[in-house]
Amino acid sequence: MAYGEPSAQEVKDQKIYRTFGLTDAEYDQIVTHMDRLPNYVETGVFSVMWSEHCSYKSSRPVLRRFPTTGERVLQGPGENAGIVDIGDQLAVVFKMESHNHPTAIEPYQGAATGVGGIIRDVFTMGARPIALLNSLRFGTLEDAHNRYLFSHSVAGIGGYGNCIGIPTVGGEVVFDDRYSHNPLVNAMCVGVIVHDKIAKGTASGIGNPVLVVGAKTGRDGIHGATFASTQDPHAKERSAVQVGDPFMEKLLLEACLELIDTGKVVGIQDMGAAGLTSSSAEMASRAGSGLILDVSKVPVRETGMSPYEMMLSESQERMLVVMKRGEEDIAYRIFEKWGLEATVIGQVTDDGFLTIVDGEDIAAKMPVTALVDDAPIANRPSMRPTYLDTLEEVIPASLASTDLHHDLLALLSSPTIASKEWVYNQYDSMVRTETFVRPGSDAAVVGIPDSKKAIALVTDGNGRQVYLDPYEGGAMAVAEAARNLVCSGAKPLAITDCLNYGNPEKAEIFYQFERSIDGLSEACRVLDTPVIGGNVSLYNESHGIDIYPTPIVGMVGLIENREHITTSAVKYVGDVLLLLGEIQPQPKALAGSEYLAIKQPQNALSYAMPAIDLQKEKALQDVTLAAIQQGAVQAAHDLSDGGLLVALAEMGIDGGLGVTVTLPDTTDPLSLTALCFGEQPSRILLEVKPADVEHVQQLADKAGVTCMAIAKVTEQLHFEVQQNTKQILCATLEEITASWRDSIRRQMQ
Amino acid sequence: MKAAVISFPGSNCDQDAIKAIVSTMQIEADLVWHAHTDLSSYDLILVPGGFSYGDYLRSGAIARFSPVMEAVANEAQRGKFVIGICNGFQILTEAGLLPGALRRNESLQFQCEMAHLVVENASTPFTANYHFREEIIIPIAHGEGNYYADEATLDELVQNDQIVFRYADGHNPNGSVGSIAGIVNKKGNVLGMMPHPERAVHTLLGSDDGSKLFTSMLTTWREMHGVR
Repeated sequence: MAYGEPSAQEVKDQKIYRTFGLTDAEYDQIVTHMDRLPNYVETGVFSVMWSEHCSYKSSRPVLRRFPTTGERVLQGPGENAGIVDIGDQLAVVFKMESHNHPTAIEPYQGAATGVGGIIRDVFTMGARPIALLNSLRFGTLEDAHNRYLFSHSVAGIGGYGNCIGIPTVGGEVVFDDRYSHNPLVNAMCVGVIVHDKIAKGTASGIGNPVLVVGAKTGRDGIHGATFASTQDPHAKERSAVQVGDPFMEKLLLEACLELIDTGKVVGIQDMGAAGLTSSSAEMASRAGSGLILDVSKVPVRETGMSPYEMMLSESQERMLVVMKRGEEDIAYRIFEKWGLEATVIGQVTDDGFLTIVDGEDIAAKMPVTALVDDAPIANRPSMRPTYLDTLEEVIPASLASTDLHHDLLALLSSPTIASKEWVYNQYDSMVRTETFVRPGSDAAVVGIPDSKKAIALVTDGNGRQVYLDPYEGGAMAVAEAARNLVCSGAKPLAITDCLNYGNPEKAEIFYQFERSIDGLSEACRVLDTPVIGGNVSLYNESHGIDIYPTPIVGMVGLIENREHITTSAVKYVGDVLLLLGEIQPQPKALAGSEYLAIKQPQNALSYAMPAIDLQKEKALQDVTLAAIQQGAVQAAHDLSDGGLLVALAEMGIDGGLGVTVTLPDTTDPLSLTALCFGEQPSRILLEVKPADVEHVQQLADKAGVTCMAIAKVTEQLHFEVQQNTKQILCATLEEITASWRDSIRRQMQ
Repeated sequence: MKAAVISFPGSNCDQDAIKAIVSTMQIEADLVWHAHTDLSSYDLILVPGGFSYGDYLRSGAIARFSPVMEAVANEAQRGKFVIGICNGFQILTEAGLLPGALRRNESLQFQCEMAHLVVENASTPFTANYHFREEIIIPIAHGEGNYYADEATLDELVQNDQIVFRYADGHNPNGSVGSIAGIVNKKGNVLGMMPHPERAVHTLLGSDDGSKLFTSMLTTWREMHGVR
């Protein structure tokens, strides 16, 4: 062979397919589908198409449990991104994707290309990207390597988003040593589109030309998809990490949107994981067609690339486009204006084969159905982990707080709770001048151009809770995301998810995966937020230790009237803060809490959590949204990490005003601790004018939601807590603000 | 009055600038591609923010060679209003239309935040509607906004009253000499500033203090041309 590749017989005899991650059984299946021995190129193409990353072989059967339809869903899972109707012929397009393994190796480029990839998924649909979010998990900052991964990931995310001019408006960061050698970087992109401009990734119409557009192809990222599906990325080669060029992507974005706008595009797809291989196979599969591609026509930036390398390259900022026959000139003209290349490399056929030619030679010919639909399903065994049955039901009295003041400051300065200014000030959150609520509130709010509407955006996930109870923890992630949107004045519409787990070949890990998806699904059904897309990242383990099961929910909500936009900062002296939901949580509410993680780091996760009541959650959210829409709410804040006192302190800090809290009586120190720092779900704080208190209370009563005045906004800049007319905590606003605001910056210096 | 907003490959605040001009000044604003060579029909030329040509080299170092920059220089010479915002300011210094240079922020990080500014000169065409020493809030978003000029140039800037905006006391975000946030050329018709006034034209955006910068130009232009 011209490229010195092994022959088909050698691939079989020397079991070369194993080095691509294929098992013997999978190889045999390929031989059956092909009805002959696959050659080297074909084996490589099958190996990436059948990898976990592209085929979802472990997760596919479980993902079918998600509710994926709804009145507003215009596009569910299966396309480059999902689409939800927001009325007036407008729709939002969004998706979230992980880039964990590349980030562990090369944090700047790993995180940056994660952002680049998800942006392409959105504009491929014909949508103008308008916002980015990201959900991050790192080990604790005492460790220098964790600080390196954290700071470079943040710089990479900023480097890409800032340059391309899409605001990064929100997200979250959590620090826990379970992510020490396996950080999570999940990037979400949201776009807007007019209904009749929606583009799809289909290759239909026999004889229609197939074009590669954008950047030239090089040898970078070969086998990146396979690499993402294996354990311990540190053992893998750095060369499998791609390098991003946000400037190139900015040009590609503008050129593609201009091209789609002409109406002459039949189908368009991002060349992401597994590059030309997966984009071409998936486009043909969706249309039930075939494709013939000549790799010798692909513009390259290296010489001597073999068809194998062409097909598996993951060079960034490229797209595969199918145009209407005879309209290629439009693409040439538009791409030339943007200084980019558009090159016809093949055409659509009706034979159902993906045929790769290299000039005169046929390099590979594979049935499209075998590559996409017949990818094997791995029926992973599932077993309830034993640790779940050894969780203690009772939290010992010895864990009660003995110094509320000290513990509140410790919580506020814990990097998971502390201000993320150090992070989001490195992101341009304002470009496009539609960001109405910037990072730091419960959810970001972004205006829809040329419309009165706005959308609220959030990402949420709590690995500790899912670890302690996969089902309930999964449900809580959805509930918290929805609660955050409601607190911003939005009606939750739909979710995208990033499912980050350990090694699925371990039965306990697969159990966590399955059960949490059941929990996520149930919450999505009750809260009426279908799943419209997402991605799965498995094998997040390092040195034999799996990460916490960490499903991340990216949710979008709609605000019909901009006057309903609400933030978490308190606004007016004299206003009342109402607590909606469980007033006096049981000590159990401390299980999985940030308080316990600080108090007893070694075995914080040895207690069973309370369950979430999704019906109560729904009622709570409905009341909150109704109160906001009736104009009775000045500020709203979801109660989550750190519990009641942390949430109240955050509202005061954000608003620059004092807060005096009056707690109900408790019988013992542990109950008081649970009241102050317990993380009982389904609770919201509302700032209400004194004249509106009765009205909001009535709304809550009618819906069966408990509601109690818990605090007052004060002019005196103190954060004060009273119980039974006794002062039990008093801090200055300055003191709590300093603990909260400077913590991460201090640790990064 | 008619405005041009220049668009380089990699500009990303061009649309925001047009939106701000149209909403605050209610005049026509065209997006002008960097390959154009004639700007004579415009009264205001805005060089917007972004990452022209990716800014992989020194910011603005490539954009200054774009065909349109010669036209910008010609119109500046003729006394037209020229504003460079953020990357636009960097381009104008690279092109020699404004003195000094912009170095990396002292923090070595990109910084996006609300900045407190003081209007140091309220008698330029860009600040006529502000009061002298008025404190305003305008966001910044840059990695290279650390203004530098040598002693002699600084003296000259002060003497000619060319410093238009400074960061307010104790709030210098990037290490700029003399806390300088924006300057004009000697003639007073070319303004460069790192903060983004086009991002502060509506209370929903957190501040509308930038609106007066745009309306100032309209006021001045009308006075100059005897239009009401």
